[in-house]
Amino acid sequence: MRVTFTVNGRPQEADDVWEGESLLYVLRERLGLPGSKNACEQGECGSCTVRLDGVPVCSCLVAAGQAEGREIVTVEGLAEHARERARAAAPRTSDTTGASDPSGSGPGASGTAGTPLDAARAWRAHGADPHTGDGTELAPVQQAFIDAGAVQCGFCTPGLLVAADEMLERNPNPSDADIREALSGNLCRCTGYEKIMDAVRLAAARQGEAV
Amino acid sequence: MDFLRPASWEEALAAKAEHPTAVPIAGGTDVMVEINFDHRRPGHLLDLTRIGDLYDWERGERSVRLGASVPYTRIMSELRADLPGLALAAHTVASPQIRNRGGVGGNLGTASPAGDAHPALLAAGAEVEVASAARGTRMIPIDAFYTGVKRNALEPDELIRAVHVRRADGPQQFSKVGTRNAMVIAVCAFGLALHPETRTVRTGIGSAAPTPVRAAAAEEFLAAALEEGGHWESGKTVPPSVARQFAQLCSGACNPIDDVRGTASYRRHAVGVMARRTLMWTWESYRGARRTTEGAA
Ligand SMILES: Cc1cc2nc3c(=O)[nH]c(=O)nc-3n(C[C@H](O)[C@H](O)[C@H](O)COP(=O)(O)OP(=O)(O)OC[C@H]3O[C@@H](n4cnc5c(N)ncnc54)[C@H](O)[C@@H]3O)c2cc1C
Ligand code: FES
Ligand code: FES
Repeated sequence: MRVTFTVNGRPQEADDVWEGESLLYVLRERLGLPGSKNACEQGECGSCTVRLDGVPVCSCLVAAGQAEGREIVTVEGLAEHARERARAAAPRTSDTTGASDPSGSGPGASGTAGTPLDAARAWRAHGADPHTGDGTELAPVQQAFIDAGAVQCGFCTPGLLVAADEMLERNPNPSDADIREALSGNLCRCTGYEKIMDAVRLAAARQGEAV
Repeated sequence: MDFLRPASWEEALAAKAEHPTAVPIAGGTDVMVEINFDHRRPGHLLDLTRIGDLYDWERGERSVRLGASVPYTRIMSELRADLPGLALAAHTVASPQIRNRGGVGGNLGTASPAGDAHPALLAAGAEVEVASAARGTRMIPIDAFYTGVKRNALEPDELIRAVHVRRADGPQQFSKVGTRNAMVIAVCAFGLALHPETRTVRTGIGSAAPTPVRAAAAEEFLAAALEEGGHWESGKTVPPSVARQFAQLCSGACNPIDDVRGTASYRRHAVGVMARRTLMWTWESYRGARRTTEGAA
């Protein structure tokens, strides 16, 4: 069957999808977006976490056909998603005419925004280079993971980033308990979680400073 | 495999009538695991996620009509006051990602003895609203819903539309034994609801018998002891001997097995401990609520 849906703000089509296939498989194998990881295929590890109409879900447990017409955000689109969110939240500076911002529809809205499939496929996580200031393309939560040393093998990282980013969107001042709860569906075999906690605290603190 | 995508409840019932072996898929958190691991290869998947009605709930005078697919996350945030036991149970299910997708309809569909909604539904009192294209709607009392290990009272052409859960008229608690807080299937679980209006108590036991069960003898014993001692009026503390006997009767209602998660005797013991604790917790809040209402009067 064919599945037509929006991925990272852009309309996409996947053909020859088997009816029992998971959204995770479609993203990785049919759309060439391997950012979402497959570690368990049974909802236990969270490394396949994506946003489905804004809501964090395990993409390994969503049937591909259930994604028809829905909006997906994967880790490859996270930076753009965070930028859109910041843009939508930013106070309007030259709003003297009273005209409203036609593009102020927030993250996930289609149109010219979003991450094209080619760009998403070619996406690389460049850390901020302290010399060049390069790396502004990362979402704040991604930068915080790098700065806090929260990435070892990196297999859990995409799912954690999507889950952490969504929590920070809902809850800009999370307590440690809030962070643990929000990330309780994401397993990491390497870090022992402390650096991940540091990273999310750091992202929250930076987000607070920015406003 | 065919993927059926009904856009309305009527279409879904018609599809289920036409393909009685079609497997409904709501949140997919049980179904997809089975498909991913090749444990199940249904001829048809019947996607229920386009049917908006299943995602709504309504508050009636005595009960909440909870759409089959309302995810656990929303039960926790929207129904904590009306359905405290179920909201507590929902919070112990898996992880945020799973709670965002899975709901009570799927828990009832799977009818695992370890499903966390069951003890809460049994304790609160509930009826399952099911329907078929041929025979329309019927209500199945929750006590008659679980018919065997992972078996329920649904006919092949029926779908679950909603669960009517009695709104709490007193304190409710839910307790679950597992190896950690998140992402654990219950070793065993216990739900307790005080019903001051009828001066009854109801229980629900999970993962300690082939199906979720109530501890009927324990309920009767406790209701009689509370009545005789005038506890509902006075709000005075439940005597330790009563709590102990209640716990023992709850243990006695179990018919557990040894498995990788725990032994039968551990489960029986743990159910007794949870019964005593949840009785203390709920009775303390009953006393507390009485004090505040009396103070206000
Ligand atoms: C990692 C993980 C952890 C889990 N932890 C827990 C836990 O702690 N506690 C717990 O209770 N469960 C747990 N589960 C199991 C699962 O999440 C729950 O049973 C959930 O309630 C299923 O809901 P769903 O909407 O995802 O069901 P689905 O997978 O969509 O369906 C489940 C079953 O119900 C049937 N069904 C669904 N909707 C209907 C309907 N309207 N009418 C008729 N039949 C229907 C389906 O055909 C299927 O047989 C866990 C699952 C995973 C993957
Ligand atoms: S791969 Fe989906 S939760 Fe592990
Ligand atoms: S699993 Fe290796 S960094 Fe988390």
